[in-house]
Parts: sequence; C-alpha cells; structure tokens
Amino acid sequence: MAAPVLRWSCPARRWILANIDRGPRHGRGSPTGSRSSGKRGQSSVAQQPLATAQKPRKGEHQWAAVVGLEIHAQISSNSKLFSGSQVHFAAPPNSLVSFFDASLPGTLPVLNRRCVEAAVMTGLALNCHINKKSLFDRKHYFYADLPAGYQITQQRLPIAVKGSLAYSVFVGKNRNQVINKTVRIKQIQLEQDSGKSLHDDLRSQTLIDLNRAEGQLRVDANISVHHPGEPLGVRTEVKNLNSARFLAKAIDYEIQRQIEELENGGEILNETRSFDCKLGCTVPMRDKEGKQDYRFIPEPNLPPLLLYDSASLPAGADPQQVINIDQLREQLPELPRVTREKLVQQYGMLPEHSFTLLNEVGLLEFFQNVMKETRAEPKRVTSWVLNTFLGFLKQQNLAVSESPVTPSALAELLNLLDQKTISSAAAKKVFEELWRSGGKTPAQIVSEKRLELMQDQEALEELCQATMEKHPQVVMDLKKGNPRAINKLIGLVRKATLNRADPTVIKEMLERQLSS
Amino acid sequence: MWARAARRVLRAPGGGGRGFASKAGGGGVSAGGEAAPQERGRVPGDVIEHLERLALVDFGSREAVARLEKAVAFADRLRAVDTDGVQPMESVLEDRCLYLRPDNVVEGNCAEELLQNAHRVMEEYFVAPPGNITLPKLDEQELFSKS
Repeated sequence: MAAPVLRWSCPARRWILANIDRGPRHGRGSPTGSRSSGKRGQSSVAQQPLATAQKPRKGEHQWAAVVGLEIHAQISSNSKLFSGSQVHFAAPPNSLVSFFDASLPGTLPVLNRRCVEAAVMTGLALNCHINKKSLFDRKHYFYADLPAGYQITQQRLPIAVKGSLAYSVFVGKNRNQVINKTVRIKQIQLEQDSGKSLHDDLRSQTLIDLNRAEGQLRVDANISVHHPGEPLGVRTEVKNLNSARFLAKAIDYEIQRQIEELENGGEILNETRSFDCKLGCTVPMRDKEGKQDYRFIPEPNLPPLLLYDSASLPAGADPQQVINIDQLREQLPELPRVTREKLVQQYGMLPEHSFTLLNEVGLLEFFQNVMKETRAEPKRVTSWVLNTFLGFLKQQNLAVSESPVTPSALAELLNLLDQKTISSAAAKKVFEELWRSGGKTPAQIVSEKRLELMQDQEALEELCQATMEKHPQVVMDLKKGNPRAINKLIGLVRKATLNRADPTVIKEMLERQLSS
Repeated sequence: MWARAARRVLRAPGGGGRGFASKAGGGGVSAGGEAAPQERGRVPGDVIEHLERLALVDFGSREAVARLEKAVAFADRLRAVDTDGVQPMESVLEDRCLYLRPDNVVEGNCAEELLQNAHRVMEEYFVAPPGNITLPKLDEQELFSKS
C-alpha cells in the first residue's frame, strides 16, 4: 500500500450534434414556423410553409457532452509515498509492505521528498500553477484493499492547479492534416494507492496483496451531457479502461447512451460503470448505494506542504528539507514540444514525422545516431527510419532497443546509397539481409550478393545499344509513341545487367541514344 | 431498534438528510455573546442510518442518539465565535514543518510477521470476504430490534 500516485483531472468540452433518427436535413420545421429555439441546427427552413405537416422530430436538439478524465500515474521512485518500503513491480505478495502500509495502529505517514519533486515537475511540465501551500486529506471508504479505511489524498488544496496541455491530432485520408488542440488540467494531486485484490470466485473470497495496485497508468472517465446554455447534466464515472482505444469507445458509447436515455424521458444516475470491451458498452458496476460520502477530513498527521521559490527560500534552511520550485524548473528535461520544433527546424521534416519519432521509445536517439554517421540527406534518413526501419520493428513487435540493425549499419547503408554504389532496390535487399543476419556489414552483403551498381558507363552504353538492336519491334513501338515501350526496354536492360543498374540512369541513356 | 421512534421526532429546522450540520460556514454570526437561538438539534433517523453505514457504529439505543445530539449541540457553540476575516485552522500541526524523507528503501520485507496478525491467510495473501457486505436494511433490522 501507499505506493505513490499522481492524480490529475482534465475537464474537456466536446460538442456534438446528435441526430438519433437521421432523417433528411431539410424540410423539418414546425408547421407554425415559430419554433426557433436556437438550439436547432444550421438550416433555418422553419419559415417555409410545408406541404405536409410534420411533427417536430425527437432528437434534434443540440447536445453538448462534457468529459473529464481522472488519470492515475504511478510516480517513478525507489520507495513509497508515505513509507520507506520498496516500489517494485512483480514482487512476492506483501513483501514490500511496512507496518504503516499494513495500517497497523501507531504508525504514521512520512512524506517522500522525491514524490513531491515529481509532482512539482509534472505540474510545471503541464503549465500548472504550483500551490506553495498544499494540504493532505483523508478520504474514507471501506474496501478490503484499503486496510486503514481511508486513503490519504489532496482534495481541498492540491499541489498544482489550472494547467493545460497542447496536443495535435492527425486527420485526413493520409493522416497528414494537423489539428492543434488544448486540454485544461484542473489539478494534480499526490495520493496513496490502494492494494491489489484478487477475486477468488471459487472459494468466494478475495486475496489481498498490499504491495501496490495494478497498473502504472490508469484512466477513469467522467461523462455527462446537457443542452448548451443549460446546467450540466448528471455525470457517470466509467472505469476499467485499459487502452486509449477503449477509452475513446467507452466515451462515445456512454455519450450516446445518456442522450438516448434522456431523450426517452429517462434519467441518468450518478453511478460508476464499467466498460465491457467485448460488447463495447458500459454496464453499471457498484450496487446502488447512491452517491458515496467520503467524509473528507484534514489528515491530522501531516502538516501543510510548503514549497518555495528562489525569492522566498528561507536563509540557512536545510536543503534536504526545502523544495525550490525554480530549481526544479531548471532541472526539467527538454519537453517533447520543444524537441519536435527543433527537429522540424533543423531537418526540415514534417510535423507528423516529428511526432512519430518521439512516440517510439529510443527512436529519436536511433535517428540522431544515424544522422551523425551518414552523409545522406535528412529527408532520406527520416524516410528510412520511419518507414523501413520502424516497419520492420512493428512487424516483429520489437522495441528499438531490440533491433538487430545498429545505427552505424544503417548509416553505412545510406552512405552506399548516397554514393550511388547501390540502387534503391538493392538497398532494401541489403537492409533485409542486415536484419536477418546481425553480424555482417552492408559492404560485405553488397559484395557477397553482387549488388553493386555498374560503374562502367561505357559497358552500360554498349548494353543499351545491344538490347535495342535485339528488340527492334519495341524500339518501333517506342518511336510510334507508346509510352509503355520504354519501360519494357528498361526492364530488358536491367535484366541484362543482372539488376545492377539504376532504372533512371538506364532510362536517361536509352533516351539519349534514341534521340541521337 | 430505536430508529422507528427517532423517525417520528421533529426534524431539525436545518433541513433533512445530512444538512443539519452544514450551515454556511465562516462568519455572519452577530457580534457579542448572543448567538442565534439554538435549535433543539434532533438527528433524523435516516441520518443515523447513514452514519451507521459510514462509520460502522451502532447507535444501539435512544440514549446513544441523545448523547450524539448533545455532543453536536456542544460543538455548535463554536458558531458563537465571530470568525469574520479569520483564516480557518488546518490542524494543530499547521505551524510545524512537514518532514521530507529521502527516497531510500528502509523497510518492508516482513511479510511473515504481518501475516501472523491476519485471521485468515492463503499463501502470503490476506484473505477477505468477496466484496463489501452491505448492512441489512432498516426494515429487516426492526424485526430483530431490541426495544
């Protein structure tokens, strides 16, 4: 228990226009034409007299959905938030549990400095206002994996508030149109995690492991709908969301469910629901207890958490016992947004490529290492890393660190390509061979498989001549203006060179010879 | 149980449900010693039921509820204090320094010791019932009530 967790909630607005019965857009006005509620959609054809009197259809009001995400992220630290037990994944049950974690009487929480630093840095990275004074509270509820009967959290005055996160979404057919969006971060708070429960249905019991709960990153979604201009609707909480994809599905489903329920005259209960990923729907989770009353009280064993900046740092204070926000801000690593901007400026790459480079662990470093050792153009390196290299990784479900091809090897290969020692097609073959047999260098593979491009221009000229002489009918075709004939000729020459000539070079040569 | 009797009691003017204790906090009380006339703070039956679920206590008799009501009334006298413009106190520790512990592993690794305390264990896991067992509903309780 008491594994350190950061919880942050971001409220976001989403506007949708929901037409339950997707009838034709035109021609729906009320017969009297006076119903201009302003909530209706765009086309105000309500003024038109209608040939057939139509009843105003249900489901035509505009709905707005409000979605808030509660994200639980485990802090990367050696020990827990309030105790000195180890934080470690997959340890024997209850082996990382101290007396405090087991809630034995007389034990007290002792705050971990590293966790506070992590929370402040997260707040700074998310553009939050850091509260120089924040408070700890107790949130009471009963569950077997919470032996104290309460969780220490920061409900009244958390460590960071009012932040934002800018992100981009790629849309369009080729996913190359960028839409930039911002989401608000309501607050970031430090809190204890519960233990882990294993349900043993066979013996009708639950097994409790107080090391820590599962999952280093968990998300719950809070969803409600309302008509714009009216007060917010009742919200439901959806848990058991294991991936971004399911999160999106669950939110979409729940919005639709709430709209349908309300349009049919029902009401939304303030309840907790679970997402059934097989059925793609949300189902009620807890029995109908109504709203939980957590009876928040200040945590009596922890004084307020005070943070300082360079201006307010008390003179002569023990550096171990004070936290300087300005110092932490300086220690922040370069944020992804800045890295991406640099990549776009330095290498002229497209924004969506910068995203891909940063979204894969180790890929940026790989790319930069290749760039260091090759003379090839950044655009070519980008293309090879993001398409060929990443493609192979994904196909075999490997991480960058597990790649059989090193940055040096790829750099060497790209140099050969750049020098026109080999053709593009040959390079792909070399790459495949590099992937298969880790040890050889590109140069070795090229010579073994005789993939070098013909360097002897005269010999190539002779081959072109010879090929044209052997296939006069193709040449005739070409002279008549058949565009496909040239490709046939190129193919023939390539075959004759055992694929060791670049098609574009062949084409140039043929065209020159033909025109002379 | 007492509850049937308690329900017939006049509800506190502060409103039913949990509202009885949550008058607007902060200042607003008239200066000088004269507080607003205190209501006879009866605690409604559903509030008692709610408290019993939340805190797992058993107000087993009318006397216990009366004691609760007296305790609340006693605490209510705090409202006579004019707190206009005064910051609320967080806790009696609020002027103390919050000690920050270095991020070192110094404890744990005592599963055997901890499990000795448990009523039931299974292979280094604590054993608990399958879920929260809800308290019996009030109506059922009345059948078993001790008068």
